[in-house]
Amino acid sequence: MTERTEDGREDAAPGEGSSGARGTSGDISGYTMGLALAALLTFLSFVVADSEVIWHPAIPAALIALAIAQMGVHLVFFLHITSGPDNANNSLALAFGVFIVVLVIFGSIWIMGHLNHNMMPMSSATDQRMFKSPL
Amino acid sequence: MTAPVAPRAEANMGDPYVLGRNVNAGGEEDRSEGGGASKSIVTLYGFWIFLLSDIVMFSGFFASYAVLVGATAGGPDGSSLFELTRIKLETGCLLLSSYTCGMSAIAATRRTLALTEIWLLVTGLLGAGFLGLELQEFAKLIAQGAGPQRSAFLSGFFALVGCHGVHVVAGLLWLGTMMAQIWVKGFRADVMRRLMCFSLFWHALDIIWVALITIVYLMGHAR
Repeated sequence: MTERTEDGREDAAPGEGSSGARGTSGDISGYTMGLALAALLTFLSFVVADSEVIWHPAIPAALIALAIAQMGVHLVFFLHITSGPDNANNSLALAFGVFIVVLVIFGSIWIMGHLNHNMMPMSSATDQRMFKSPL
Repeated sequence: MTAPVAPRAEANMGDPYVLGRNVNAGGEEDRSEGGGASKSIVTLYGFWIFLLSDIVMFSGFFASYAVLVGATAGGPDGSSLFELTRIKLETGCLLLSSYTCGMSAIAATRRTLALTEIWLLVTGLLGAGFLGLELQEFAKLIAQGAGPQRSAFLSGFFALVGCHGVHVVAGLLWLGTMMAQIWVKGFRADVMRRLMCFSLFWHALDIIWVALITIVYLMGHAR
């Protein structure tokens, strides 16, 4: 399943994991660790969303941070994408994917936010409520 | 500082065609020493590229939802519609099914037929449970007049969450096919490749679900 590269290491397919390293697809403890971490992060997300203690405007930022952490856990422990040299191709493809995703989502929110801001004021109160800023 | 330069390298200097090519291979076709990558690596890498493009497609749905989330047209907004208990159950189902999917991949690499099938079955049941909860939620929303035609916010909501649900349906069909193929054909190399691709697909759905509960349900609840 693995292929030697020029520097003597082996290429790993996504989902396969680094050869010999922790987190290969034959390793139950890797999946269990991933499940525990993901469950913990999910639990924290629900606690934060319901929290009355945390300063309210900080809650979305905390939720996004927890979600990104959990996606990282899924990538490493379930999909076995690592930063190792045998995973360079997989990580580079992932980096490009993340780049496009960030461009599409934040570009849309940014542009549409400015368009709403620059629109002529609406006549009725109902119409104004239709275009509340997304953030 | 004049380092000794090999005559061959000097002769080829400035020729962009030669750069990065193994000119010492004696006229052989240029390729890496071990030959091409094995079929399983090429297949899984190709499927990884597909998954990333699928995630890019999802980002379009996420972007439209984020832009339209305030456009409730006087109708209900997220905090009055979403039930977090249901979302907790759905998340539990999907997260556990990701784990059992990993277990079936391990059982398959160890060539234990019964365990592979059982873990795949558990994965499928958890996925079906998730789908049932989601369809129940959709039916409830539509029954109380909060269907996709009510407001731009609800259109975006049904498009985004429904698109994920459609992926889960496709995953369940694929899972059934894999169970049958393993049963009939055994752990052949091509069946194993398909099983690894399915595993990647199922884990990727879970990643999208994490983004989905955060942006749609939890941020909608905290709004």
